[in-house]
Amino acid sequence: MFDVFSNFTTGIIPMEGYIIVSLIMFFAGVYGFLSRKSLLMILISIELILNAADINFVVFNRYLYPGQLEGFFFALFTIAISACETAVAIAIVINIYRNLNNVEVDSLNELQEPSLESEKK
Amino acid sequence: MNFLSIFVLIPLLMMIGLFFAKNRSQINFIAATGSVILLILTGILTYMYLDARAAGDMAEMLFRADTVWYAPFNIHYSVGVDGVSVAMIILTSIIVFTGVFASWRIDPLPKEFFLWFFLLTIGVYGFFISIDLFTMFMYYEIALIPMYLLIGVWGTGAKEYAAMKLTLMLMGGSALLLVGILGIYFLSGAESMNILDIAQKTIPLSAQYYLFPLTFMGFGVLGALFPFHTWSPDGHASAPTAVSMLHAGVLMKLGGYGAFRVAMYLMPEAAHEMAWIFLILTGISVIYGAFSAVVQTDLKYINAYSSVSHCGLVLFAILMMNETAMTGAIMQMLSHGLMTALFFALIGMIYGRTHTRDIRLMGGLMKVLPFLGVSYVIAGLASLGLPGLSGFVAEMTIFVGSFQETDTFHRVLTIVAASSIVITAVYILRVVGKILFGKVQDAHHEELTDATWWERISVVTLIIAIIALGSLPLWISNMIHDSLLPVVANLMR
Amino acid sequence: MEYTLLILILPLLSFTVLGLVDSKWKPQVAGTIGTAVLATVAILAYYTAYVYFTTANISGEYQKIIAFQTEWVRFTEHLHIDLGILLDPISVMMLVVISTVSLMVHIYSLSYMHGEKGFERYYAFLSLFTFSMLGLVVATNIFQMYIFWELVGVSSYLLIGFYYTKPEAVAASKKAFIVTRFADLGFLIGILILSFYTKTFDFGILTSGQESVFAGATGISFLGFSVLSWATALIFIGGAGKSAMFPLHIWLPDAMEGPTPVSALIHAATMVVAGVYLVARLFPVYYFYTPEVLHGIAYVGAFTALFAAVIACVQTDIKRVLAFSTISQIAFMMVGLGVSGMGGHHGLGYMASLFHLFTHAMFKALLFLGAGSVIHAVHSNEMSKMGGLRKYMPVTHITFLIACLAIAGIPPFSGFFSKDEILTAAFEFNPILGATMSFIAGLTAFYMFRLYYGIFWGKEHKHHHTPHESPFAMKLPLLFLALVTIFAGFIPFGEFVTNDGALYEIHLDWTIAGISVAVAVISILLATIMYRKESKIPEKLEVSFAGLHKSASKRFYIDEVYQFITKKIIFKNISTPIAWFDRHVIDATMDGFAKVTQWSSARLKGLQTGDVQDYAYTILLGALIIAGLVIFI
Repeated sequence: MFDVFSNFTTGIIPMEGYIIVSLIMFFAGVYGFLSRKSLLMILISIELILNAADINFVVFNRYLYPGQLEGFFFALFTIAISACETAVAIAIVINIYRNLNNVEVDSLNELQEPSLESEKK
Repeated sequence: MNFLSIFVLIPLLMMIGLFFAKNRSQINFIAATGSVILLILTGILTYMYLDARAAGDMAEMLFRADTVWYAPFNIHYSVGVDGVSVAMIILTSIIVFTGVFASWRIDPLPKEFFLWFFLLTIGVYGFFISIDLFTMFMYYEIALIPMYLLIGVWGTGAKEYAAMKLTLMLMGGSALLLVGILGIYFLSGAESMNILDIAQKTIPLSAQYYLFPLTFMGFGVLGALFPFHTWSPDGHASAPTAVSMLHAGVLMKLGGYGAFRVAMYLMPEAAHEMAWIFLILTGISVIYGAFSAVVQTDLKYINAYSSVSHCGLVLFAILMMNETAMTGAIMQMLSHGLMTALFFALIGMIYGRTHTRDIRLMGGLMKVLPFLGVSYVIAGLASLGLPGLSGFVAEMTIFVGSFQETDTFHRVLTIVAASSIVITAVYILRVVGKILFGKVQDAHHEELTDATWWERISVVTLIIAIIALGSLPLWISNMIHDSLLPVVANLMR
Repeated sequence: MEYTLLILILPLLSFTVLGLVDSKWKPQVAGTIGTAVLATVAILAYYTAYVYFTTANISGEYQKIIAFQTEWVRFTEHLHIDLGILLDPISVMMLVVISTVSLMVHIYSLSYMHGEKGFERYYAFLSLFTFSMLGLVVATNIFQMYIFWELVGVSSYLLIGFYYTKPEAVAASKKAFIVTRFADLGFLIGILILSFYTKTFDFGILTSGQESVFAGATGISFLGFSVLSWATALIFIGGAGKSAMFPLHIWLPDAMEGPTPVSALIHAATMVVAGVYLVARLFPVYYFYTPEVLHGIAYVGAFTALFAAVIACVQTDIKRVLAFSTISQIAFMMVGLGVSGMGGHHGLGYMASLFHLFTHAMFKALLFLGAGSVIHAVHSNEMSKMGGLRKYMPVTHITFLIACLAIAGIPPFSGFFSKDEILTAAFEFNPILGATMSFIAGLTAFYMFRLYYGIFWGKEHKHHHTPHESPFAMKLPLLFLALVTIFAGFIPFGEFVTNDGALYEIHLDWTIAGISVAVAVISILLATIMYRKESKIPEKLEVSFAGLHKSASKRFYIDEVYQFITKKIIFKNISTPIAWFDRHVIDATMDGFAKVTQWSSARLKGLQTGDVQDYAYTILLGALIIAGLVIFI
């Protein structure tokens, strides 16, 4: 398994290198998603995950299917989609902030009205 | 429209009619008309049935009708009756009729009460006329679910607890039952849910060993099989009068009927092997229920434990697996149904007046409420097994039938079950002596009024039925006996 | 002879009518209807007896006639309950006895129960009882007898508890019913066993003497006794309950809470002899197949007779003395049956027993009705409130004296003949038994005359108003029964009732007769010395035999045993634990299911945090596991 690293010394970047990078990015994103308290940080983590997936697409396209272009196009697609999704997410976050005065994910664990309203009653 | 399906149709029409009723007298009128029509139809059915049999029709089930409902599982809407079913339908009609009159002034929400009441009736009638396993099960559930609302809303005392316990325990029983039914369907090789078809086949013995207990216990929960009977005391105690009457009088008989029709008929080999376990359990029910009743202080609890004892006798006799004992079992179903309905009706009427069911707080009521008092004594004597009333014929048939089995195990159990007649006398006379005789305990009781006209109709009908069954039992016992022959033939296989 | 059906139907109709109408009509109407119906029944009974005894005699044997039979319930192909009317010497005799005593009681009650609340109900129940008792004696098969046996028990319950506002009456009626119910259980099991092996309930077949009927039972035994012995012994237990044999006698003294005419009818003359009648009915079965049970019956009877006689010597309540006297006399009848053989002179015990049944019914009813007369006059049952009443109640006095002489066995009254024949049969069976029975006969004379002197002689008690003789309706039955008591002894009973139907002329054994008369006379003298006038002797005897006296007046503590069994054992140690077990173990298990469900549900609820990150974590974990499973398995 570890002989892949032998390629690193020859100068040509092996596919596994890119995969390892995207792996690290992906799990960093997952970790961030699971452990951050702020909604904005969770969104950033989600971006990391998406970008890691994009890297994977491009890499597989270049190394495994060199004559085709689907991977590249799909990566561009994904970037566009993620931009839209981020916009919507930010809109939601702003709404949450307006109701709760904070963007901590801990205050969002009940289906009933946000605590600020119930305190008014 | 098949004649039998009218029994299911009429209550349905009643329910629809009730939606349009505006005040209590309209509601009562619709309910009373419906129950009278059902009673008349039952008379016609009995007459037609006896006629058909006398003319020589030897088919197992008469007045059959059959429509395919769900072809992939071969589920049909299949109806038919034999002598046993007719006897059960007679019982149901009488009790529905008397129950309606006992609930003449039910409060609150009389319309909703009768709606659920008639839904229950649909379930009961449907169960007795169905010969397709799945349809039977469906009607069984229809009969079960309204109990929750009827007890929970119109009941007294710890009604929510009692309603919950009763419904959940009975649903538990029907869960076991469903597994059993599906097992029977898939393993019988008959590719049909129809009882008559399945009866021709033999289910593999290894399967029978677990299917028989499942179905028997499933029905047994409703038939107050020890130790699954504990829903009964609380359930009956909290239920309103007519609901107790219908439940103890008819619904508990669904259990006995189902045990007989499904468990014993379709799985006779397992029945022979495993009967001894259930015989011990039912024998315990009979004695245990009677002894428990001796020290109770709540009228309804006494009657509930008494019902456990008598219904235990039904299952006991069915497990004896000979013609006489099984005839006795069906007759006991009929007799006990009428008797317990009468008891619950009277207890409800007394409770409505004294607002207590505690026998330590009542006394000397015979002087104040002579009609109710005398009726209670008659009901008590029927429960004791006084000849001339229905209990005697049924119990004696059971004892003589059970005694025909020659091995010591059966004989000892029969003698143990027979000794319950002494304990029954003890608790019945204890209650009668405490609440009806002696001095009046509470000064307020001196001013109570005796039965009203609708209560009298209810009570007198039941008393007449009990006396009729007790004095002229031959026509019913013959009708039942002739219909048992296919089952017994299966058991001899 | 289908008109005999009317004998049963008329009282039943009377019960139904009087019961339904209850207090809507005037009491006199109810009383008149009841009495008129009974009078008709009595006339029909006498007519039946006349026709039967004159026409049914074929070649020296009385034939059994089935006047009516119909199938009522069918159990198996062999076993079915029929309802029918069997006429044979003993059933016809019983018809006469029952209808006569019942008629006398009906007439008597017109006066005695006058003005009582529930008068109509009383007459309705009397009719029900008469119907049930008549049905019992004419039963064609053992199950029909059982049916009417139960009906008789219920009638007795209703009549003992007639004064239902009195707690003692309610308790007494319950006790009577439950003790006899317990005995009936034995009866039922005996019937089940007997009918299983003989495949029939019918008396005609059972007593026909055919070997084939009992062939099914030969050689089969259970715990060392043959099944037939079990069957007949259990059937006897049923009879012992109704006939108040030890230890099932406890209900009878308490049953005196009922109105006195009821005690006369039910607890002296008719219901209590049902057990004797049952054994007599099944006598061929007992004699030929289970003679050891028959002898056992004799010993039980002898013991009961002695036991009851001793207790009767120290009772102070008139009705209790008479009740124990009844127990003792019925035990005599059982002894008579127990020592009897079959046919001719050997069957003397049987004949004597039934003759004593007949005569005892008459003079015991007379005694009770006379006691009722006395109670009516002094408004109390206790002997201490009586004394010297002979001046005020001459008719009651003379008739009571006649009855006492009869029961003591003084000729020429009827009791002498019947009791003497039993003694003869007893001596022939076993001299010791005969001597015991003679001793008991002496005790009988003693306590009866103790009672007689205590009521009619001795110091007068101060009364609120002077006691007066009873009205005519109460005097008439006393006079009639007294006449019967005087002359019945001369009936050649053997010409009517014998165990094999053949006629037999009974001869008295003069030795035994002489001995018994001597014993009786000595006992009466003893009683006269002690009780006719004020005397210190009773007190001195009471002191010297203090222990025996106390136990006897407490009826040898058997009632305490009964109370112990019911209260401590059944109620406290069986029923209460069972009820507790049901509530707190079985029900708790069901509640336990609910609690476990609720507990686990509460635990599982913790999974739903609402936190999106927790959910994401779970999804990730799940995905990894599935991926792992897919890749590696």
